[in-house]
Amino acid sequence: MSSIISQAPILAIILPLLGSPLCALLRGGVVPWAFTTILSALSFWISIDLLFLVNQSGPISYELGGWAAPWGIEYVIDPLSAFVLLIISGISTGVLIYARESICKEVAPSRHGLFFSAYLLSLAGMMGITATGDAFNIFVFLEITSLSSYVLISMGEKNDKRALTAAFQYLILGTIGATFILIGVGLLYLMTGTLNIADIASQFDSIEDTRPIRAAVGFLVVGIAIKLAMFPFHSWLPNAYSYAPTIITAFFAGTATKVSVYLLIRFIFTMFGWDFAFGDLPLTQLLIPFAVLAYLSMSVVAIFQDNLKRLLAFSSVAQLGYMTLGIALASETGLTAGILHIFNHAIVKTGLFLSVGAMFFVTGSTYLKDLAGIGQRMPLTTFGFVLGGLALIGVPLTPGFISKWYLVQAVLERGDMLGYGLAITMLISSLFAVIYVWRVVEVAYFKPSPDNAPKGEAPMSLLIPSWLFIAAMFYFGIETSMNVGFAEAAAAFLMGGAN
Amino acid sequence: MSFFDHYNYWIFVILFVIGLYTIMSRTNLIKKMIGLSLFQIAVFLFYITMGKIEGGTAPIFVDDPNAVYSNPLPHVLILTAIVVGVATTALGLSLVVRIKESFGTIDEEEILRQEEDSK
Amino acid sequence: MMEEFTNVFLMILLVAGALGVLYVRNLFVATMLLAAVSFLMALIFVILDAVDVAFTEAAVGAGISTVLFLGTLSLVGAEEKESKKKTVLPLLVSLIVGGALFYATFDMPKVGHPDTPVQSSRLTERFLQQSPNEIDVPNVVTAVLASYRGYDTFGEVTVIFTAGIAVLLILRQLRRRPETEPLEDAQPELPETASDQRVTPNIHDLVPHVVAKLLIPFILLFGLYVQFHGDFGPGGGFQAGVIFAAGIILYSLVFGMEYTQKLLPLWVVQLLLALGVLLYGGVGVVSMLLGANFLDYNVLASNPIAGQHLGILLVELGVGITVTAAMLSIFYGFANRSEFNKQTGEN
Repeated sequence: MSSIISQAPILAIILPLLGSPLCALLRGGVVPWAFTTILSALSFWISIDLLFLVNQSGPISYELGGWAAPWGIEYVIDPLSAFVLLIISGISTGVLIYARESICKEVAPSRHGLFFSAYLLSLAGMMGITATGDAFNIFVFLEITSLSSYVLISMGEKNDKRALTAAFQYLILGTIGATFILIGVGLLYLMTGTLNIADIASQFDSIEDTRPIRAAVGFLVVGIAIKLAMFPFHSWLPNAYSYAPTIITAFFAGTATKVSVYLLIRFIFTMFGWDFAFGDLPLTQLLIPFAVLAYLSMSVVAIFQDNLKRLLAFSSVAQLGYMTLGIALASETGLTAGILHIFNHAIVKTGLFLSVGAMFFVTGSTYLKDLAGIGQRMPLTTFGFVLGGLALIGVPLTPGFISKWYLVQAVLERGDMLGYGLAITMLISSLFAVIYVWRVVEVAYFKPSPDNAPKGEAPMSLLIPSWLFIAAMFYFGIETSMNVGFAEAAAAFLMGGAN
Repeated sequence: MSFFDHYNYWIFVILFVIGLYTIMSRTNLIKKMIGLSLFQIAVFLFYITMGKIEGGTAPIFVDDPNAVYSNPLPHVLILTAIVVGVATTALGLSLVVRIKESFGTIDEEEILRQEEDSK
Repeated sequence: MMEEFTNVFLMILLVAGALGVLYVRNLFVATMLLAAVSFLMALIFVILDAVDVAFTEAAVGAGISTVLFLGTLSLVGAEEKESKKKTVLPLLVSLIVGGALFYATFDMPKVGHPDTPVQSSRLTERFLQQSPNEIDVPNVVTAVLASYRGYDTFGEVTVIFTAGIAVLLILRQLRRRPETEPLEDAQPELPETASDQRVTPNIHDLVPHVVAKLLIPFILLFGLYVQFHGDFGPGGGFQAGVIFAAGIILYSLVFGMEYTQKLLPLWVVQLLLALGVLLYGGVGVVSMLLGANFLDYNVLASNPIAGQHLGILLVELGVGITVTAAMLSIFYGFANRSEFNKQTGEN
């Protein structure tokens, strides 16, 4: 048994990674889906073990190929990466339970083998980015995730041909972002002669005042910002989320951008060091305006959307602004809020997209005009959606409230005018969220259904997983010791490592 | 000799800028893919230049005990990056083929116009 | 001095080629210029001692990529339209980004200096000093690629596998019917007639037929040589896979897709695509079952060096198989698309 635990870091990743080629050999029908779900669930189970293990007995290092770092590649599981691994695999498993009936409608069943193979690659890629302690290995797994994301998004074309252009746009921007990261890693290697993140970090103090390192920080931050859809690099995200198949949107909304947020935290706090990133470099001053602009402007843009998926996508860009703000505040409370919001928002947004997916399953559209009166036609689904919407606003008892509570504490902790100003902008942005959620409520409950509109609830296989996320959301919004505890542990670990 | 100290890096920067500009300024999707390839090739030059050592040879052991070898690590990294590049090209181009079939054009502006019309 | 002269000359050609790519309107010409840039880059890599990389860049950048671009152009047309797009902002952004890099170059260590962090790093030292004792293959690039950083290479194989299945997923879709077109029964299957004319070659096809018949065995043989000689000289699974695929692609260009797909049906290609990754990963799983870490080859045989040799041989084979299959599945995807379009009367 002990050997299995010592292999756990790699098992969590190679289960989906090696499962993918096997899945490509499965023809179609229900088998690829079942296979993928089982692998994802196993990965989730291992991630839970890892999280508890790491929080009890400290970070784990795993040497791939038996070569010690920095010569070989190592996996490093610390409180933060374990937490993010748990989020990715957990969201994936929940979404997959939902996928069986939903995906049959959107992708021809004969192609499910290849489709789920790509899904597994994307899952393995994200987990790999999170677990690795090697800067170049990040690039490799980033590309596995990216390439599989492009194809998964383009699979929405059966429903709307704009999925193709959305995938292409993402491919261009994503490749530019990845190449920026590659240049950043190259500059770091040029100055340190190593690729291991811990090894680079240990040499960072002596070289941090050189031009190549400043350029490296710039390229890495911009590269990650593109992948993260940080304002103003977000243009790919609304299209990608609007036209991808339902389960892909739900999966990516909960995970893909979160992995980029994780990378940003990893680079800033573990590699650059807190004092350098926020002391010598004005990262706080650079990131805060973009974060604020993100949640203010994107919440406004969300109000004017006529496609429900697009509305949620813009709201995602806004929520990413909160996470960036938490990081940019450069305090332990801010970082806790940022990490906590990764978790909370992942659950909320996935639940929302799954509810919208259920509406799409029945009505065949996500446009608000076609969803008029959906509250009467699909009461359970719509009620779930509205509850999720409350979390976007940040109503108490929802996890959205908990994240905002910590974030407000973090900004007020500064005790200066900027802090108060930030708190006010957050309040305004929450009001905008009230408006865009209300728009949906109005359409759903107070507008008459169009004639001969499809009636009836979504099948149980869609309804139950959607409600699973909504229920989980309330659980983590009320009984907060677990999510807050892990986020605090991760933040404390990172800040401790920085001092 | 100071000109040659950073000469390769400057060429890298020039190629990189040309590639980036091609991607951002051209509206033809294939031209964008070509620019993307150029952009990636530039980075290869950057990495390989790092590994070069004066008077060195390729990192394949020979019998001469005094031989100086260039650094193999950047070569390994760039082999991976080349593969990633061709994979991206293949994927991007197959999307272009499908876009042409669905929209009847591969010009970004015309596609945008069509997308706006269909709203 | 000679070397510097060559270097400057090649670099100038490189920049000229890149500018040509940017300004030329005919996409066919742009593609050929890109291939030329790739090829020049390969030459520069040789000067910079990166023979493995040069080999790959020539085979992939100048070879496979160009074939892909040409294949796409034949499907979508080669003329670039005059654009009305404003180009001031892109120029400004590119120049700012380039300026940041240019600013950084002045603090960079001198090119070729033996005392840079890269050259004096303990990584470099171990790879160059210890690898004869630890892995014992003359080509250090292979040693680092397949063993020290074997996990990266596993990721690389996965990337190429991803591209293979991605193209299968995207290009084997049924053609979407434009809403205005009258309904017709879209047939994914090709009727026999489509390629019947090719069975009886006319006299002009004779020369390529004969030449191809003579060449292809040597190409495949060379592929095998590159595959198994990667420990000693430049080469390895990736380059071999590309060469092998090139041989088969040449066969299909001369003798037609029909024969090639009979010889090597798509399901076989798909099987091989997965098999290569599974072989690579399987080596890792076996070393885990033997009580070591993932991809630790030391435990594969009675002594570590033999284990390393066996491990490298197997994973390189995995790379070769997947790369061949991925190149072929990409090629099949594009080739079938053109037949399919011809048949449904588009273009």
